[in-house]
Amino acid sequence: MLTQIEGSKAIAEAVARCRPEVVCAYPISPQTHIIEAIGAMVKRGDLARCEFINVESEYAAMSVLIGSSAAGARSYTATASQGLLFMLEAVYSAAGLGLPIVMTLANRAIGAPINIWNDHSDAMAARDTGWIQLFAESNQEAVDLHIQAFKLAEALSVPVMVCMDGFILTHAVEGVDLLDADLVDRFLPPFEPRQLLDPANPVSIGAMVGPEAFEEVKVLAHLRLLDALEEIPRVAAEFEALSGRASGGLVSGYRLENAEVAVVAMGSVLGTLKDAVDARRELGERVGVLGVSTFRPFPEAAVTDALGHVERVVVLEKAFNPGGRGVLASDVALALAGRSVTSVIAGLGGRPITRASLERTVGRAVAGTLPAMSFLDLNDAEVAAERARVGASEGVAR
Amino acid sequence: MTRVPIRFYQVGSFAVGNRLLEDEDRTVQSDPQRTNSIDSGHRACQGCGEALGARYALDAAMRATNGQLAVVNATGCLEVFSTPYPETSWRIAWLHSLFGNAPAVATGVAAALRVKGRDVRVIGQAGDGGTVDIGFGALSGMFERNDDVLFICYDNEGYMNTGVQRSAATPPAARTATTDAVGPEPGNVFGQGKDLPRIAMAHDVGYVATATVADLHDLEAKVERAMSLRGARYLHILVPCPLGWGSASSDTINLARLAAESGIFPVFEAEHGVVTSVTPIRRRVRVEEYLKRQKRYAHLFGTQPRLEVIARLQALADANIARYGLVNDETTNATLED
Amino acid sequence: METPFAITLPVGTSRANHTGSWRVERPVYLHRLPPCNNACPAGENIQGWLYHAEAGEYESAWRTLVEDNPLPAIMGRVCFHPCESACNRVQVDEAVGINAVERFLGDVALEKGWALPGPGPETGRRVLVVGSGPAGLSATYHLRRAGHAVTLVDGAAQLGGMMRYGIPAYRLPRVVLDGEIERILALGVQVRLDHRVEDVAAEREAGAYDAVFMAVGAQIGRRVSVPAGDSARIVDAVNFLHAVADEDPPLLGRRVVVYGGGDTAFDAARTAKRLGASDAVIVYRRNREKMPAHGEEFEQALGEGVTMRWLSTISSFEGERLVVEKMALNEGGFPEPTGEFEELDADALVLALGQDTDLSLVAEHPEISVEGGVVSVADNLMTGLAGVFAGGDATPADRTATVAVGHGKRAARGIDDYLAGRESVTAPKHELADFSKLNTWYYADAPRQRRPELERVRRQGTFDEVILGLTEQNALFEARRCMSCGNCFGCDNCFGVCPDNAVMKIADGEYEFNYDFCKGCGICVAECPCGAIEMVPERI
Ligand SMILES: Cc1ncc(C[n+]2csc(CCOP(=O)(O)OP(=O)(O)O)c2C)c(N)n1
Ligand code: SF4
Ligand code: SF4
Ligand code: SF4
Ligand SMILES: [Mg+2]
Repeated sequence: MLTQIEGSKAIAEAVARCRPEVVCAYPISPQTHIIEAIGAMVKRGDLARCEFINVESEYAAMSVLIGSSAAGARSYTATASQGLLFMLEAVYSAAGLGLPIVMTLANRAIGAPINIWNDHSDAMAARDTGWIQLFAESNQEAVDLHIQAFKLAEALSVPVMVCMDGFILTHAVEGVDLLDADLVDRFLPPFEPRQLLDPANPVSIGAMVGPEAFEEVKVLAHLRLLDALEEIPRVAAEFEALSGRASGGLVSGYRLENAEVAVVAMGSVLGTLKDAVDARRELGERVGVLGVSTFRPFPEAAVTDALGHVERVVVLEKAFNPGGRGVLASDVALALAGRSVTSVIAGLGGRPITRASLERTVGRAVAGTLPAMSFLDLNDAEVAAERARVGASEGVAR
Repeated sequence: MTRVPIRFYQVGSFAVGNRLLEDEDRTVQSDPQRTNSIDSGHRACQGCGEALGARYALDAAMRATNGQLAVVNATGCLEVFSTPYPETSWRIAWLHSLFGNAPAVATGVAAALRVKGRDVRVIGQAGDGGTVDIGFGALSGMFERNDDVLFICYDNEGYMNTGVQRSAATPPAARTATTDAVGPEPGNVFGQGKDLPRIAMAHDVGYVATATVADLHDLEAKVERAMSLRGARYLHILVPCPLGWGSASSDTINLARLAAESGIFPVFEAEHGVVTSVTPIRRRVRVEEYLKRQKRYAHLFGTQPRLEVIARLQALADANIARYGLVNDETTNATLED
Repeated sequence: METPFAITLPVGTSRANHTGSWRVERPVYLHRLPPCNNACPAGENIQGWLYHAEAGEYESAWRTLVEDNPLPAIMGRVCFHPCESACNRVQVDEAVGINAVERFLGDVALEKGWALPGPGPETGRRVLVVGSGPAGLSATYHLRRAGHAVTLVDGAAQLGGMMRYGIPAYRLPRVVLDGEIERILALGVQVRLDHRVEDVAAEREAGAYDAVFMAVGAQIGRRVSVPAGDSARIVDAVNFLHAVADEDPPLLGRRVVVYGGGDTAFDAARTAKRLGASDAVIVYRRNREKMPAHGEEFEQALGEGVTMRWLSTISSFEGERLVVEKMALNEGGFPEPTGEFEELDADALVLALGQDTDLSLVAEHPEISVEGGVVSVADNLMTGLAGVFAGGDATPADRTATVAVGHGKRAARGIDDYLAGRESVTAPKHELADFSKLNTWYYADAPRQRRPELERVRRQGTFDEVILGLTEQNALFEARRCMSCGNCFGCDNCFGVCPDNAVMKIADGEYEFNYDFCKGCGICVAECPCGAIEMVPERI
């Protein structure tokens, strides 16, 4: 049954149905509505046996969850942008300790300049933390991914970050089907921690590891993360069997059959992108879309499989690494060694990504006129003028 | 605090135990069955006060909680010397995450145990750096929320693990690697630093106490008192560091004692922001007695003693004595003529 | 629990890491010699018996005590306790009241009728002990314990020597004296009283004794010639006190002057008071500082109304007029006459100017050398005549009952060695546990328990004991003030203070180092209250 509901509230409802035991967060736009809603539920007593803890920083929030998760409680938080960076040290720690925490990342740009609107820079900053990073295309998918995330995290003892575009999804009111609580219960058994801080069976968690074993520790964590490439489709399939909805998984193709050109993207832009591709298909162009749901671990094989027959690949993404290229683009290029992969950076700091611009970009890709790296809807004149003013010679779009 | 003084004169109430005392009058440490929360084989320096303080406090807490205890440790010497893979010295449930987050992690552990309905008590612990500096925000939050955690600071007055740098608990004039004993004002400057017990009191937490490794009965009584209460509690234990202080390894307890007996380190306890008891000075000494045994103050002595600096340190001790009323009728003067 | 590799570890595993290898010095437990033991002329293991007394184990305390000294109830009254002067606790607050506890134990033993340890298996050897004062009684006891047959002879009618005939009953009640003597006799001793030994060698031969111990004391009062009229009553203190002990006191009159400055002078003056003298004046040629009498005697005498005339000598005593000359101390501290005279009214003069020994029993034996009126002896107290030993006041030493008790033990040991044909060796003493070896922080300040004193009015006409015993509670308290210098008393400090848990507690008072983990920091040594641990260099 579809409910018209704001994305954030839908997430709160979904998380609530997962019966979290400790929720701890620090407010930052555009995450605030999520934690406000959960806070209210706890305060009202709707959420049995759940502690909602207001803390003084995201660093504390993640740290509290490190403690609660290690002590065997299902633990959840949400943040964005600066908040993620502020907690980053603890984000690494949570993964290093193998604690199955679930976090919503309401994707937002990173300052300076400070900017509260959406892009994916924050998620990219946490790329190497050892967390599983899932991207939601819609509020429905975001809701479903949260439910899957707990199961995944606890099955693997790896923390999971569900990324959803700030404002675009978090603040959008859409029809969402919220799974019934008993269905969620059937899907998600109570948390059985892999390791537990418990005087009845004491262990030392978080030892110091020197050069003699550090590499092995890291490789084992890496392999465990790669295990997720099998676990994620399994969980998604189980979820589909229960809900009748295909959500999540590693990647999802759209009109990739006989495509010459494919655009790879993550998150809410996929909707607009599919519209743009539909339009270009109308023009007879053989174009398709590959949505990446699982960004980390990077589903290299799934990407190769999906795009095996595609000649030219465009990676459209909402972040890049300055002085380098698109982050996702680099991953895709590696997966498709030898194929033409161009990088399009779009929507930084909340710049709208219009269907028209996307159609134009796809057209250029088909025509083979896309540069190796470009910025969608960049005000070239302004950039050139500013470059000139400071005496620099070159423009941008290379 | 209500503590019945032991009427036993051969060793008063100051020794660890005594064959003639009733078991309940002996310290936890005198019990061959004590937990040894931190076991032999740890890699602390010879005579490390922190290793000792941690065992004192945690063994007492283990007894007070009947073994139902979980401990969260910040990064620092205590963590590094106790758990280098593949061995750990801890015999208790122990968790380490980061340098600055131990109070928050402890909050999380306590929250989890509460929702799980388990009566397991939580201690967070850190060095002075992990407490008064990098962990301060998290600690303040833990205090302010009145989370059910006893936080213990093992104060060795510097960042020892990284090679003896200054912390906000480093006392004035002390030489550290970042407040070298050079220039016109050698050592750490006057007029800086944080007095965390008082800051904790300002948070109105239920229980704040200071202690040293020189007075075990006092320390254990404070741990016991702390564990009898709920909510946020704070215990600040002075733990001399032979390496960082440049002192003899055998002098660890003696220095802690001199710190208290000079008034440089006031020993007291407070509930809800009000001092409820002080441990009076028994044999008052001048600060020199304390300072001169440590190389970190060596620049104050030698051929041209810096008498004015010593006088300023004495003034700090005197101010503590006045603030807490550390001198009473029974205080004798060992080196101090008034 | 499925724990992640390396990050999560099973508890207590660091015991695999033997940090003992870091050590350059190792702590070891040791026994040091407590200063009280070191100072006790009777060689008592004071710290040892206090250790038992602290625990309220009075019988084992007493048994430890009588290993060395069979007369604790007596010594607990008459000893001037050099142990207390040596006690380290003086530097903390006040000396431990060792003597009072000793007396308490002695009294309890008498009350409970505890027997001394029985005689050793009979050796068939026979020893003659001449003199039944503290030296003779002590030797008798130790010889019996070694299994030698003892014949104890004394010229007096009763046993006890100076303890009976020199020390007044208000200081040493006769029941106590008799009780402790009885206990020694119970070990099986042949006693001959009213028997003067004229010649030591002859007596030895006649009785076929294998060895002799001469403990004849110093029983002859020294006299000076005081110009005196016929009517003047002059007695010497030794005879005076002896007569009082025989319950046949001489009549001295109301005004008694005692001449001298030793303990005997005070005993005489205080005894005279008890016999009814209204004035008892002590005339002494030097001042308070130079006076040999012990402080306690002096204080008590003043308390009982005895008065002093310092810096005075007696020039003449005629009729009831005693003339004294005032003295002045010269630069060397010696009194010199000033030519100034004063008169005192006196009914009697008691001379207490020191005592000499009657050594007629060795007169025929030049091998036994006599110097300065006393017999020369070797370390084992043997005289120049093989098998003949001497001790107590008749030998060069401080003339106290306690020294005599110590001599008795030493002589017994010497005789035992002699009889066995062994050379006497003195065991090396442990290192002294002086104050610098202690960490006195751990000893709480605890004021000493005073022994109650008999009210003054009751001291006037009676020979009731002046100083009373401690109650059990006070004795226990006092025993517990002992700091156990140099010897572990089970305070658990070393066990508690080791940062490496390298001290193992086996039982109360029993500890062992675990050198697998001891890093040699030395904290246990520094924090041992009593100095019972030391650091020794590691053998590398
Ligand atoms: C975020 C962070 N900053 C710095 C460090 C480096 N570091 C580790 S321990 C330490 C000092 C610890 O000092 P303190 O808390 O006083 O403990 P001690 O070692 O003195 O016992 C420092 C600076 C770190 N581990 N993490
Ligand atoms: S540096 Fe100091 S605190 Fe650290 S282990 Fe050594 S003595 Fe202990
Ligand atoms: S305190 Fe422990 S480590 Fe130090 S010397 Fe004594 S036994 Fe060895
Ligand atoms: S510290 Fe205490 S227990 Fe250890 S040897 Fe010294 S007296 Fe004995
Ligand atoms: Mg420190």
